[in-house]
Amino acid sequence: MTAIRSATVPTRPIQLRRLPWGLFVAVLLVLLLAVAAIAPQLLATHDPYALDYPAALQGPSWAHWFGTDESGRDLYSRLVFGAGQSLLIGLGAAGVGIVLALILGSLAALAVKPAAVVVDRFVEVMFAFPALLLALLLIAIAGPSAVTEIFAVGLGTAPGYARMIRGQILAAKNSGYVEAATALGHSRARIVSAHILPNALRPLVAVFALSVGQSIVWSSSLSFLGLGVAPPAPEWGALLDAGRGYIIQANWLEVIPGLVIVAVALAATTIGRHLQAHLEKGEK
Amino acid sequence: MTLTSPSNAVSTEPTPAQTSDEGLEERRRSRLRLILLTIGRKLVSAIVVLWGAATVAFFAQLALPGDRATVILNIRDGQAQQRTAAELAPIRAEYGLNHPVLVQYWDYLRGLVVGDFGTSYQQFRPVTAVIGEQLGATVTLSLTAILFAWVLMIVWVTLTAGRGPRVRSLGALVDVVAAGLPAYWLGIILLLVFALGLRWFPVIGGTGVNGLILPALTLAIPLAGFMAQSTRVEFERGLDQPFVVSARMRGMSDTGVRLRHVLRHATIPAVTLSGWALGATLSGAVIVESIFSRPGIGSVLVAAVNAQDLPVVVGIVTLVAVFYVTVNLLVDIAYTLIDPRLKAS
Repeated sequence: MTAIRSATVPTRPIQLRRLPWGLFVAVLLVLLLAVAAIAPQLLATHDPYALDYPAALQGPSWAHWFGTDESGRDLYSRLVFGAGQSLLIGLGAAGVGIVLALILGSLAALAVKPAAVVVDRFVEVMFAFPALLLALLLIAIAGPSAVTEIFAVGLGTAPGYARMIRGQILAAKNSGYVEAATALGHSRARIVSAHILPNALRPLVAVFALSVGQSIVWSSSLSFLGLGVAPPAPEWGALLDAGRGYIIQANWLEVIPGLVIVAVALAATTIGRHLQAHLEKGEK
Repeated sequence: MTLTSPSNAVSTEPTPAQTSDEGLEERRRSRLRLILLTIGRKLVSAIVVLWGAATVAFFAQLALPGDRATVILNIRDGQAQQRTAAELAPIRAEYGLNHPVLVQYWDYLRGLVVGDFGTSYQQFRPVTAVIGEQLGATVTLSLTAILFAWVLMIVWVTLTAGRGPRVRSLGALVDVVAAGLPAYWLGIILLLVFALGLRWFPVIGGTGVNGLILPALTLAIPLAGFMAQSTRVEFERGLDQPFVVSARMRGMSDTGVRLRHVLRHATIPAVTLSGWALGATLSGAVIVESIFSRPGIGSVLVAAVNAQDLPVVVGIVTLVAVFYVTVNLLVDIAYTLIDPRLKAS
């Protein structure tokens, strides 16, 4: 390990220069987002709730960077203040999805035979429902709200991740080092906790980053349909929902929040992919 | 191709033509038996998944909080109040709520087999009638989108895969960005540019061919990006294969090699995604139909979710799951029939 590290030292400057600009932009965007989420007043230029009817539906300008909505509220400031809630929903949904997937995936791979088969089938059944429809089913039962949205998106994305985790665990279970540990007479519990889980779950860091981006897109889709956070709130999907009625007069109300969501989702994907590549390289 | 025991290999190789014919016949029969067995196993597993989906759907309907008959009556009238026993009795009878849950479950499964998805809480009509009159529009949209996605994906991958570092990375970047585009945003951009700006298409999508193109593209572009990611990997691997080198040596043009040899191999993973693609476009229709004000099961679903009309919600969700499982089963069976590696050893 140390030998490898010392060997790479001379090439460091080159690697730094080669730092992909995509990753750089992505990290910068995420940092900006974190600031917006923690202290929105630092970035905002206006009060996000201040009504100013004479200035309603103005296009982007120096006074209002991203234009104003139908009540004259500053879209840029609303996006900044909505970042916290959107990010929280994205993180929450990704967390719910991964935890659910972790439980189902490891049960399907590690439980005793009949239970594992049942869980495996259950995951298969849930996977037959597209994520958005599973989310809508939960919303139909629980009624639309921010909390429902988190659980709905988490539930929708969980089956796919559960399958992936199951595959990872099975791959680790059939590997040479587990065979060696079994031959050495280690207990099953020890093999699972010391060998299988750490190796199978390492990629989860990257998957979580990918999942946050996906969850932000899914949850804003639900808000866009009017089935998530309701419009007066500056949550990004809700902004899209509110702007739908003004698409002809004020298209920036749709284009800009959409662009922000796409940018954040792409940033999360970029970071997730780099983590994935890095983890895979580190493993070999 | 499969590993056979050495004695077997030795005994079949040098035999004269007659006995080899017999051996071939024998092998053909055992392959047929194996194929039927594999298909049967896949069929059973598909039925188990469908049964599971129906079970989830049934219990989802029970999950509405509160007394079910009261909930149904309140949803129907759009009110929230206590109901008298006299009001509730006909609802209980209509939905079979007097029976124990297991009997209701059995009745529900029996209904599904003959195509009865229950009765809408809100519209007094069978769910199949509510879905049936809107299904055609959505299936048309979905299939058109899949067709567009294939065309876009094939053109883009054939043009950019394995063409030098710059074009390649541009190609891959476009794949990732396209796959990540949210349908609502893409739809609005297409609407703004092509319907409001250039006026090539109607703003409010009618049911005509002209109104179909933008909604279908909205679903097709992310799908194409998604399929292109796996196709590109296979495509670039395919370009280095011996059969490609030999085709080039025979003097085939680069375009000819790409279209006739490499593409065939490269599209296999995308074909495997067919079931998923159908599910994705049918569920994506929820958003697209909402943007373009198109009729279809997506609009019905959003309205039903808003009204908590669970039989309709569950009916549509189950139907999409049935489509997904069926297409996957067909793809699986097709592979079983085509794949020569499936051989009795």
